[in-house]
Amino acid sequence: MAVPKKAVEKSAAKESGQENGQGKGFASPPEFTRAQELAALRDMLLIRRFEEKAGQLYGMGAIGGFCHLYIGQEAVVVGMQMALKKGDQVITGYRDHGHMLACGMEANGVMAELTGRRGGYSKGKGGSMHMFSMEKNFFGGHGIVGAQVSLGTGLAFANRYRGNDFVSLAYFGDGASNQGQVYESFNMAELWKLPVIYVIENNRYAMGTSVTRSSAQTDFSRRGISFNIPGKQVDGMDVRAVKAAGDEAVAHCRAGNGPYILEMQTYRYRGHSMSDPAKYRTREEVEKIRHDQDPIEQVRNRLLAAKVSEQELKAIDAEVREIVNASADFAQHDPEPDASELWTDVYR
Amino acid sequence: MPIQVLMPALSPTMEKGNLAKWLKKEGETIKSGDVIAEIETDKATMEVEATDEGTLGKILIPEGTADVAVNTPIATILADGESAADLGKAAAPPPKAAEAAPAAEAKAEPKAEAPQAKAPAAPAAVAEPDPEVPAGTEMITQTIREALRDAMAEEMRRDGDVFIMGEEVAEYQGAYKVTQGLLQEFGARRVIDTPITEHGFAGVGVGAAMSGLKPIVEFMTFNFAMQAIDQIINSAAKTLYMSGGQMGCSIVFRGPNGAASRVAAQHSQDYSAWYSQIPGLKVIAPFSAADYKGLLKAAIRDPNPVIFLENEMLYGHTGEVPKLDDYVIPIGKARIVRTGGHVTLISWSNGMSYALKAADELAKEGIEAEVIDLRTLRPMDTDTIIASVKKTGRAVTVEEGWQQSGVGAEIAARIMEHAFDYLDAPVARVSGKDVPMPYAANLEKLALPSVAEVVAAAKAVSYR
Repeated sequence: MAVPKKAVEKSAAKESGQENGQGKGFASPPEFTRAQELAALRDMLLIRRFEEKAGQLYGMGAIGGFCHLYIGQEAVVVGMQMALKKGDQVITGYRDHGHMLACGMEANGVMAELTGRRGGYSKGKGGSMHMFSMEKNFFGGHGIVGAQVSLGTGLAFANRYRGNDFVSLAYFGDGASNQGQVYESFNMAELWKLPVIYVIENNRYAMGTSVTRSSAQTDFSRRGISFNIPGKQVDGMDVRAVKAAGDEAVAHCRAGNGPYILEMQTYRYRGHSMSDPAKYRTREEVEKIRHDQDPIEQVRNRLLAAKVSEQELKAIDAEVREIVNASADFAQHDPEPDASELWTDVYR
Repeated sequence: MPIQVLMPALSPTMEKGNLAKWLKKEGETIKSGDVIAEIETDKATMEVEATDEGTLGKILIPEGTADVAVNTPIATILADGESAADLGKAAAPPPKAAEAAPAAEAKAEPKAEAPQAKAPAAPAAVAEPDPEVPAGTEMITQTIREALRDAMAEEMRRDGDVFIMGEEVAEYQGAYKVTQGLLQEFGARRVIDTPITEHGFAGVGVGAAMSGLKPIVEFMTFNFAMQAIDQIINSAAKTLYMSGGQMGCSIVFRGPNGAASRVAAQHSQDYSAWYSQIPGLKVIAPFSAADYKGLLKAAIRDPNPVIFLENEMLYGHTGEVPKLDDYVIPIGKARIVRTGGHVTLISWSNGMSYALKAADELAKEGIEAEVIDLRTLRPMDTDTIIASVKKTGRAVTVEEGWQQSGVGAEIAARIMEHAFDYLDAPVARVSGKDVPMPYAANLEKLALPSVAEVVAAAKAVSYR
């Protein structure tokens, strides 16, 4: 069967591939209102400061095990969240703190889970990779690469079964994109016209292996072609572009047209996890993207150009720092779970 | 107040490291995110990024210093408006995590990591007895295949959130005809043919369950569920715990398990031991038609993920099923199928075929065997086993699976733990042989347990 010509498009004339860095060559997306810019700045800053603090607490030994930071990728979750409505579901892998904060989960509860305390979202029993909030429709937080893709497809299945118009967002990375169950899920999602948006966060490295070393098809928006799933490459460093693409994908899904793939071209500044020295890329590469494309600086610069005062921006900074510092304080003083919690929540 | 930069832990196991290099000098401005130093751990050289802004006030640990303990202050950062004169006032490092709780609280709640701390005892599982079947209840004779179908149909009528998905469950009417008629009654919305995609559709089922639906996921056989075992264990069984009780998963994974006939090693395997090891799962493996029906209904209603192990060899067997509107058997309760005082035979699923026939043989020789059908493997009804062994003093387990780390091994361990002083002989295990299932008819027969082996084991523990 011929692939529909329109199946894969680019959000704009995009001349350069990923060799030259993410997010280059995209045309300007629709402008945000000032209120949208301010909200996006605040939400992205919250994630960044939160993650920096988490890194610091990890360094102090207050957070154990694995800890995967989201720094650099903030525009993806913040932009996508702006395209959703209440009742839509979100599920992701283990680089998940940003998704939780974007969904509106409390910084205190997330940070206390990182430190393994009773006030954490999972009472300290899940840790960095496993948090959930039924209230905020956040379905985790999954530690097995690619598993959330099938699960997120199942959330969409449930929406379709119930006949509501909610969509589910299944986030995964360029690395997970090579897992078999991803394609099993693509097939069923298109076959049954499930309202699921597959958000591929292409941050260019699957742990330490670059996209070009791990993937035969590096244009991830094309990964659904053999299932007739439309896809789009998006400048994932520009929150406006993310939101615009999210709107389009959400409209497609809500209208009952089946799944949609968004490849978000983004970049993680930190290592894969805290113990990753990131020797597979140069410091210059990181610095360049940070300097040229930082998602937060982009918004800040636009706001300054639009004559928003430094003072107003500083107030946002201060508000965010206060939330983050309070969460760190809470997370270090909240008691560990009671020993009796060892046996709870195995069955219900 | 100046901020102290502490020697960071850069891996889950790091306790100390070498300060290889300072990338910022005293007096230099620092922004959040700037790399300020390089640290060598046992594994790699790592960069330390500043998390605060200001001026690098003083370097406390010079570069080249080896074995700097984690959390040692290595530098101070001066905030805007502070000068070197403020250095003496550097903020003490935040309290360490373990010391964070106020003393009174710490006293009341001993820390889990304290060496003397013991895990609290596990709560005991208490199973409900079988429901009374009122005298005079009509019994209908039906095959196990029909009993399973009726159980699903009744539960689907009762609860609109229950649906079934799997390969060939709808239009084909079930690879083993277990779902016969369901598509006609409930339609394609609730009886869903999937592609041959075990890993994927198991995950879709679990995702649907996480959002509150109650899927029945049929595997054409449990051999194919190996493709899906990650979703069953990592997603279905563990999420309730990992979410602190917030998000569970009411789902049944069912299908034929164990040896069929002449289908060789990849299609003849007993997964009883595999799944029964997993906390978070319930595992059911019935033998009689009535139990198949009552337990499948209970499994579908259970709010937890349930593995329901059927047996292809038994699908066509008929049995008496009480004709009741709602015949539900509690999960976790064994049934004493035959009483006797000389030796206890413990089995489940098709293992019961051997055990019951062996009991007949033994009776001819004057040995009265008590036969226990476990029905549920997790939670296991230890009480019923122990009560019987205390009476008989002898026990034989019968299973089609392999011996090593098998369910029989678990039963033997529990008997030793709870009834050691009552045993008159070591527990004997009759099991599948420790080989992949052969194809040749004679070899296949040898690989499986036999009635003769059960009889021999019962006699051996009876010293006869």
